[in-house]
Amino acid sequence: MPFAAILAACSGSGSQTALEPQGPIGRDIDGLWDLVLMLATGVFIFVMLLLVWAMWRYRERPGDLSEPKQIHGNPVIELGGVVFSVVLLTIITIPTVRSLLDIRSEPVGPDVLQIQVTGHQWWWEFEYINEIAPDGRTLITANELHIPAGVSVNLTMTSADVIHSFWVPALNGKRDVVPGRTSKLTLIADEPTPDGEPIPGQCAEFCGLAHADMRIKLHVHTAADYATWVQEQLAPSVQPAGGSALEGGWLTFSALCTTCHQVTLEDIEGELVTYGPERHIVANDITFRSSFGPNLTHLFSRGTFGSGTFTLDADHLSEWIDNPQKLKPMDPDRNDLAEGFVYGMPDLGLDPVEIAEVVALLETWR
Amino acid sequence: MTTTAEQQAIRSPGGRGVWAWITTVDHKRIGLLYAVTAATFFFIGGIEALLVRTQLFGPNLEVLSAEAYNQLFTMHGLTMVFLVVMPIAAAFTNYFLPILLGARDVAFPRLNAFSYWLFLFSGLLIYSSFVLGGAPDGAWVGYAPLSSQLTEVVRMDFWSIGLQMLGVASIASSANFIATAFTMRAPGMTMLRMPVFAWMSLVVAFLLIFSLPSVAIGLFQLFLDRNFGGLFYAAEAGGDPLLWQHLFWIFGHPEVYVLVLPAMGIVSEVLPTFARKPLFGYPFVVFAGAAIGFVGFGVWSHHMFTSGMGPIAEAGFGVATMIIAIPTGVKIFNWIGTIWGGKIKFNTPMLFSLAFVAMFVIGGLSGVTHAVVPSDTQQHDTYYVVAHFHYVLFGGAIFGYVSGVYYWFPKWTGRLLDERLGKIHFWLALIGFNLTFGPMHILGLNGMPRRTYRYPEGLGWANWNAVATIGAYTILAAFLIFAWNIIRTHFLAKGELVGNDPWDGRTLEWSISSPPPVHNFDEIPVVHALDDFWHQKYAEDEEGRAVRMPEVAGGALTVEKQTGGDDEGHGGEDMHMPSPSYYPALAALGIVIMGAGLIYLPWGFIAVGIGVAIMMWGLFGWSLEPVTKEH
Repeated sequence: MPFAAILAACSGSGSQTALEPQGPIGRDIDGLWDLVLMLATGVFIFVMLLLVWAMWRYRERPGDLSEPKQIHGNPVIELGGVVFSVVLLTIITIPTVRSLLDIRSEPVGPDVLQIQVTGHQWWWEFEYINEIAPDGRTLITANELHIPAGVSVNLTMTSADVIHSFWVPALNGKRDVVPGRTSKLTLIADEPTPDGEPIPGQCAEFCGLAHADMRIKLHVHTAADYATWVQEQLAPSVQPAGGSALEGGWLTFSALCTTCHQVTLEDIEGELVTYGPERHIVANDITFRSSFGPNLTHLFSRGTFGSGTFTLDADHLSEWIDNPQKLKPMDPDRNDLAEGFVYGMPDLGLDPVEIAEVVALLETWR
Repeated sequence: MTTTAEQQAIRSPGGRGVWAWITTVDHKRIGLLYAVTAATFFFIGGIEALLVRTQLFGPNLEVLSAEAYNQLFTMHGLTMVFLVVMPIAAAFTNYFLPILLGARDVAFPRLNAFSYWLFLFSGLLIYSSFVLGGAPDGAWVGYAPLSSQLTEVVRMDFWSIGLQMLGVASIASSANFIATAFTMRAPGMTMLRMPVFAWMSLVVAFLLIFSLPSVAIGLFQLFLDRNFGGLFYAAEAGGDPLLWQHLFWIFGHPEVYVLVLPAMGIVSEVLPTFARKPLFGYPFVVFAGAAIGFVGFGVWSHHMFTSGMGPIAEAGFGVATMIIAIPTGVKIFNWIGTIWGGKIKFNTPMLFSLAFVAMFVIGGLSGVTHAVVPSDTQQHDTYYVVAHFHYVLFGGAIFGYVSGVYYWFPKWTGRLLDERLGKIHFWLALIGFNLTFGPMHILGLNGMPRRTYRYPEGLGWANWNAVATIGAYTILAAFLIFAWNIIRTHFLAKGELVGNDPWDGRTLEWSISSPPPVHNFDEIPVVHALDDFWHQKYAEDEEGRAVRMPEVAGGALTVEKQTGGDDEGHGGEDMHMPSPSYYPALAALGIVIMGAGLIYLPWGFIAVGIGVAIMMWGLFGWSLEPVTKEH
């Protein structure tokens, strides 16, 4: 079916498994899992051998008229069972607590990359609060996270609406993203990911209609590549001049899209202008961005859209703008921007020409 | 010409017709009502699960919309927990608790009827949402503020009101069971002579009484949030979404034991019967059950290891969770000890009980992995958790209850379920179950979150999902055979008539006719030992082997009767059996009309008024109706 074809195929990209960790925290957790799995498998085999042996050995045999001995119990065996359980559980408990304190400790120091995460129904907003443009703007992006390899990344997270959970299994366990609170998660990745093959993750706490389509792509770079990416993202895109081929698209975009989406552009006079609403929420005395929709300044630098769900290209994007709900289950009829409630992108009722013009414009914002 | 046994099997004791069932206060009939209702909901909840599994058969399928999917998985969870497993446990407890204790009914027969009708009407109210604009779609745990969002859509009001009323029904029946176990035991039936199933029912009743108030508060707050701007869970107004999770899981975790402990009780009756040996370590099994109940109140936050508690709290709840594994392990070893050295007959009830032990070991061990907090942060909210709790609640609880159905069916109807069909049912269920839920462990570890209506290609999830879906249809086949077995045996009357004691049973229910008379016991028995009925049939020789006592080997059993002036002990004329009453059903109906009104505020206040009036009519009628004597 044509519909399925547009969903981002992940073949060739990283797997979402927790069993092939790609960073020290993921490895710590995986090592603990291996230990518990080994012990549990041992206990399972032991108990099953006892059970199956007892079933076989003490089955009723034809012609046997004897009655079994009426054994009512044996306190020594009971005590043995308790001691056996306690010993095994202690073996698990000690590394559990040690590892727990380890992975919950927050990284500190000047080298730590600080990123603020806002969970939305149904997308992720990222603000790199240490990556600042000359005019004071912070680096803002959505759904695709870029980090340098080997660096501790400290995520400070909150939610704009309901509870979400940030989860990139290869690097760490999940952490809930709760409205009114902040939560922390540390990510450390060993190696840069190949181009176009980010590490996948996704929202892990049920958050309504499009919970399944609230995905995360995590790109890991070398320090140099990361610095380049930061510079590209901090730079503005270009606002089309009057009379240019892209002017039609800009008229539609600036009339409709900037109701929810922000873009930072350089206009004809070379002035920086940010279009679209600037919204924030405060949780735990920290100010987080809380936009109605993803910042589109560098939309086409991303590989996917719709929160990491669809492969980004002109055709797919046209289909999306034509009727977003056809691709992703959302409830934009209930949007109430005055109250700050957004349940997805509405069908804007654009005709095919207008859509093509808008997409042509967006394609220039890389 | 029909024999007496056949007559009994064809005609249940007591009145006939629909009205007799609506007004019944007989604990056995109420038990059967619970059983039939739970079985119906089991098939509905199963169909919901099959639709969910069909949607997940392959990547990006479009069998269901996200909206439909979210309703179906929510209703599947809600149905299986509150409308299937809890009531099927209530069915067994209702029917057998009084008989196992040597009593003629529960302590409060009309309250018992009230509990059933309130449960049934609440279930119907929740299900009416399907035709009234959509079923609840916020998951059975209903995490705020997702569940308090979109207040103009009443779906989650059906959920909060429905659960609230089901809670009232459960509290009423729990109080009833506690009073029954404490005050209605036959002479000589000391607490430590109560069958394990009776013990587990008692522990469950306490769990419900202490845990339900917590979720009741939460549900009220959520209802206020949704309908009157309560702001309890509204973060932007200083409310706290995590408060809901605490209130829910302080109930929700003991609830898990509510679902599984009665099944453990059944297994503890079945294993000794078919191994022809007493339960190994009876006091340890009983105390382990009680210990699980106690510790179960101190582990709720292991459902919240990703929610942002501090590491010390997390470590504490992790260790408490591991401690639960100790009494659970004790039970497993005692069950194996029970069959060890026995003479095992592999009838269908025994097969399901043995499978219970094996599957519960898997579910228990995967539960220990959740206590390992760092590891749990990977497994939480994935298919690994779905696999874990289905091993506990399906391979565990449901297999235990199915074992109970095969075990006690002859007592209910006088007829034995077909053994050949039973064994086909068993093997299909065991294979289908493991095909469905085994692969979910792998899916979860490979990063597949639960409650997702579709998944992309390329993450390696497609094959295991296909296997799980095939397994789900295998389970359907298994339970269709089960249904046919019940229809064939009872309704088509093709099952073998087997008399009062087909399994050479150990407990008091096997000493009375099948089905039992309305008053259960012609004369209240006097109990001398644990497994009293067995000890009336068998003595032990000097080696400790069971020896059939000659005086009962030939046929009629002479159960010792209580003697003396107490009129409880006499048969015939003096028996006080409660009179039928429609007031409990009426009161329950009033409460549910009231609840329905609360869903559709403000106009619903009219229905609330009508409901209150009907409830008061029911309650006053109930308290003022005269006692009439039967017999």
